[in-house]
Amino acid sequence: MDSALIPKGVKRCPLPQFLGGLAVAGVVLLWGVYAILLIWIKGLHVTGMNDYYGFALWIWADLAVIALGGGAFFTGFLRYIVGKDEIKNIINFAVTIGVICYISALLILAIDVGQPLTRAWHIFWHANVHSMLTEVAFCLSAYLVVLIIEYIPLVLENRQIDKVPFFHHLSHNMHEVMAVFAATGVFLSCFHQGSLGGVAGVMFGRPFAFREHLFIWPWTFFLFTWSAAAYGPCFTIFLAKLTEKITGKRLIKDNVYDLLAKISGWMILTYIIAKIADTWYWAAVTLPSQGHTLMDFYSNNAFYGIWILVAEIGVCGILPALILVTKKGRSSSTLIWTAVILGCIGVCLNRWVMILQTMAVPSIPFDSWQLYMPTWPEVATTILPVAFGVIVVMISYRYLPIFPQEQELNPIEP
Amino acid sequence: MKQGHRKNKKFGMVIDLDKCTGCGACMVACMAENNVSFKKDETDKLLSITWMKVYKLTNGKPFPDMEICYLPRPCMHCEGHNGHSPCVTVCPVVATDYDVDTGIVSQIPTRCFGCRYCMAACPYHARYFNWWDPVWPEGMEKYLSPNVSPRMRGVVEKCTFCFHRYQLALEKVYVRGQRELDEGDYQTACTQACPAGAITFGDLTNKEHAVYKLKEDPHAFRLLERLGTNPKVYYVSSHEWVRRLADNYHPHEETGKVGGHH
Amino acid sequence: MFPFVFEWVWDLGHLVFMGGLWYALTIVGLGMTYCIIKSAIDASKEAAGDHDH
Repeated sequence: MDSALIPKGVKRCPLPQFLGGLAVAGVVLLWGVYAILLIWIKGLHVTGMNDYYGFALWIWADLAVIALGGGAFFTGFLRYIVGKDEIKNIINFAVTIGVICYISALLILAIDVGQPLTRAWHIFWHANVHSMLTEVAFCLSAYLVVLIIEYIPLVLENRQIDKVPFFHHLSHNMHEVMAVFAATGVFLSCFHQGSLGGVAGVMFGRPFAFREHLFIWPWTFFLFTWSAAAYGPCFTIFLAKLTEKITGKRLIKDNVYDLLAKISGWMILTYIIAKIADTWYWAAVTLPSQGHTLMDFYSNNAFYGIWILVAEIGVCGILPALILVTKKGRSSSTLIWTAVILGCIGVCLNRWVMILQTMAVPSIPFDSWQLYMPTWPEVATTILPVAFGVIVVMISYRYLPIFPQEQELNPIEP
Repeated sequence: MKQGHRKNKKFGMVIDLDKCTGCGACMVACMAENNVSFKKDETDKLLSITWMKVYKLTNGKPFPDMEICYLPRPCMHCEGHNGHSPCVTVCPVVATDYDVDTGIVSQIPTRCFGCRYCMAACPYHARYFNWWDPVWPEGMEKYLSPNVSPRMRGVVEKCTFCFHRYQLALEKVYVRGQRELDEGDYQTACTQACPAGAITFGDLTNKEHAVYKLKEDPHAFRLLERLGTNPKVYYVSSHEWVRRLADNYHPHEETGKVGGHH
Repeated sequence: MFPFVFEWVWDLGHLVFMGGLWYALTIVGLGMTYCIIKSAIDASKEAAGDHDH
């Protein structure tokens, strides 16, 4: 029924099956929308947040999707600035994932402030240029505009839209100047990824999060940018492989995966060395100067035990890095799956720790640890982006040429 | 009256913990003075708005060696390094500011959009979010102070050192034809409400004010000084265990011998 | 965000931050304007070419 919209030379599942899938994701999405309305109408007291947990699940989700969506800016950097031509075969998908992640991030922020329409615009209008959050808001919004601009040519390449001469030329012309947009995107990304790290790192009242500075930027600024560039491609590879599993088709050639995985591996390895150095300096110099020891933050309860540091740096950092930098690791399907999944968990764990553990640790010596449990509206609104992402990927995959190698890898028998 | 710029002040408090009985009059006075809203159910103290909060400290020893100390905690009005208080620099909309004229960290609820970054940044938990629409029992709204705007849902609020009283005091001083405030012209509600006289308020830089001398007490200390927050609330306690609880110390370190890094 | 908003200060912080932001937005804006105008011209040229044939 919708065959006129499907790209030429590729095969798609029957429409009812497609609509069935959309409906399942749609139900989850509607559950999230209901939770959003509940939060906006009733107020933020429907969440599990409190005055000790002003930052909670949403801020973590925000940081996590932005880090995972980092694959978009980093593949853009590799394709248009470094000139790695093979990346063109995965960049469309990376951009699609990026658009989903960044729309989700802004939506989560809008939910998090509780009353987005009444005062959220203050962050732009009355901007305090010294606040890391201002930098986040501006660069995030501007980068989302860039990502949408990168996504538009893909939409315009739909068979029916492409028939309109203006859209056909617009798509072509946008491709021509895409390097300029991509470079702007990289510039904006470096700053918002970094300033998200800076959000935690500048809090000198919170020894768990605070880090020493280089000029105005705490080390977390650089670590966040670096980790997003390192782990973002893991998420792109993971989702591309997952799409291949679901569709039962090869969509991207192995050499493309191999190149991106290798670059990601080296990025993770160098990042994790920097992270270890940062952790060591923090534990050996910064914390003792404030009367703390490392174990003050890891020995109160089982949830925030030292295991979390070992898991983040060792299991989800060093291990995936070693797998991805070795030819043997990259050529094994099991190992590459393991590495990209661990990588995604690793960066999410880092964001969790920098936000939630920072809030859990008592800042006043005579105060106690506070653990927090999100309520269902928080969970529903955090799952919403997943459902939204599934819907966007399903529609994009069905109607847009997001995998340029699909036709070649899956020739249709005449 | 001679016009011109008034001398910069640093308003602050010295709270004598040896005198504090933990009665909570300061908390009640603060709530009434500043139109702090409350809920039917205040059992979850992590959701209660208490600009002034009295903590109960113990030395952790069993009876009969157990000792208790009550510690009132308003906003510390941190100066940080050159006015860079932990909360001020992080606010993305300049809804909180360090006033160099008074040393007071202000809060502008109508500008705040509820990101709560300042709450995350404040180590004293002195900032509170309006999770609910503000409500008062019927009839009680008639007792609200006309000098302080009630805050709406979705914004952060905190102790302002009763800044409206400072503004009113300035008017009084103007009428008197004076240029500078006398010590008694501007006092916070909690200071006046304390039956034990544990709270002393004034300009920390003014030799004429009691706080100037009180803060020099050998037993005076500030909360979490080592973080470099540079707070303007001082405490005095003759008990070593209380002073030691006010900051983080390594076992070999002596209380009061280590300063902030700012 | 704009110099006419009352808290604006002509200091290094504002110049660097807002300078960077407006620079990026200008590039994006001009880039899109170029693409749209050029596409409109290309499309009209194509239409004229088709008409000639």
